[in-house]
Amino acid sequence: MEMRLYLLQRISAIVMAPLVLGHIAVMIYAVQDGLTAEEILGRTQGSVLWALFYGTFVVAVAIHAAIGLRTILHEWFGVRGVALNGFAGATCFGLLAMGLNAVAAVTVTP
Amino acid sequence: MSTPDSMQVSVWRGGPDGGRFQSFDVPRYESQTVLDVVAWIQQEADPTLSYRFACRVGMCGSCAMMVNGVPRWTCRTHVQKVLDANRMEIAPLRNLPIIKDLAANMDPFFEKWVQAGGVFEGTETRTDGYAPIVHEDADRANADAGIECINCSICYAACDTVTGNPEFLGPAALNRAWTLINDAKDGSRDRVLDAVSSKGGCHACHSMGNCQQYCPNGLNPLTAIAGLKRATARRALRGR
Repeated sequence: MEMRLYLLQRISAIVMAPLVLGHIAVMIYAVQDGLTAEEILGRTQGSVLWALFYGTFVVAVAIHAAIGLRTILHEWFGVRGVALNGFAGATCFGLLAMGLNAVAAVTVTP
Repeated sequence: MSTPDSMQVSVWRGGPDGGRFQSFDVPRYESQTVLDVVAWIQQEADPTLSYRFACRVGMCGSCAMMVNGVPRWTCRTHVQKVLDANRMEIAPLRNLPIIKDLAANMDPFFEKWVQAGGVFEGTETRTDGYAPIVHEDADRANADAGIECINCSICYAACDTVTGNPEFLGPAALNRAWTLINDAKDGSRDRVLDAVSSKGGCHACHSMGNCQQYCPNGLNPLTAIAGLKRATARRALRGR
């Protein structure tokens, strides 16, 4: 399992890196004409592309962060076994639920 | 500046259940090593002091201790180099159980060598000829870079990942594994890669590099561990 978690964390990092750069680039571009909720939603609502962009980012973050926190919890606080994996699973699920909810909120056309 | 006649040396005394530092006033000599200091205390001040040494020339890896909080081979460490305001603190190696005073129990360190698949597995019999060793081969160069380990456990004592994760096999055992899978004469590549992929294996390393910084022989277990991570990841991605 350690091997799989190691690979998953590296792969999720590789996925996140270009998405972070894309996110920052769009932020810089978007604020040129001022920043309003209307303008942001005008760009994102109904856009399959933005839904996929941020949806992918949320999935990668949920996996990456859960594995990282699992390691910290084990090494700093000695948590192990079911408690450790339960925490990691709950973190992953929580981040997925909150993140995908946020993505849906700005991309799904009301 | 003249050298003071003596120095203050704090030595850890105690056993597995705890202990305290005891101070000694030790005479200073030219070219004196930390092991000389420990030996003087045991021979001249307190014969009950326990410590471990053998070769005294940096080959056997027996005499490593914490000197002013840093793991060092005491037989090759000059007092002049480590003395701080004419004081020095000597303690048993970190990350290992203590037997008594300055003697750490090396069992977990060596057990992890075996856990990491560190036992050589020959592919030929004694009736076969000598296997040629070609130092120019890339694999052989990797093996050559790591085989001068003297098993002193300094890297293990320096490793913060071992402190945080006692299951971690540690730099020396993983360095041994890396030299084995790069040794054309060894036939246990898959067994070793399985061993270092298990819990506490190479993937637990955070690449902090204390091992490489403190290795008295100038080895780089960090590079060895990075090599193991690459080899195991390639193997896993190929579905094995």
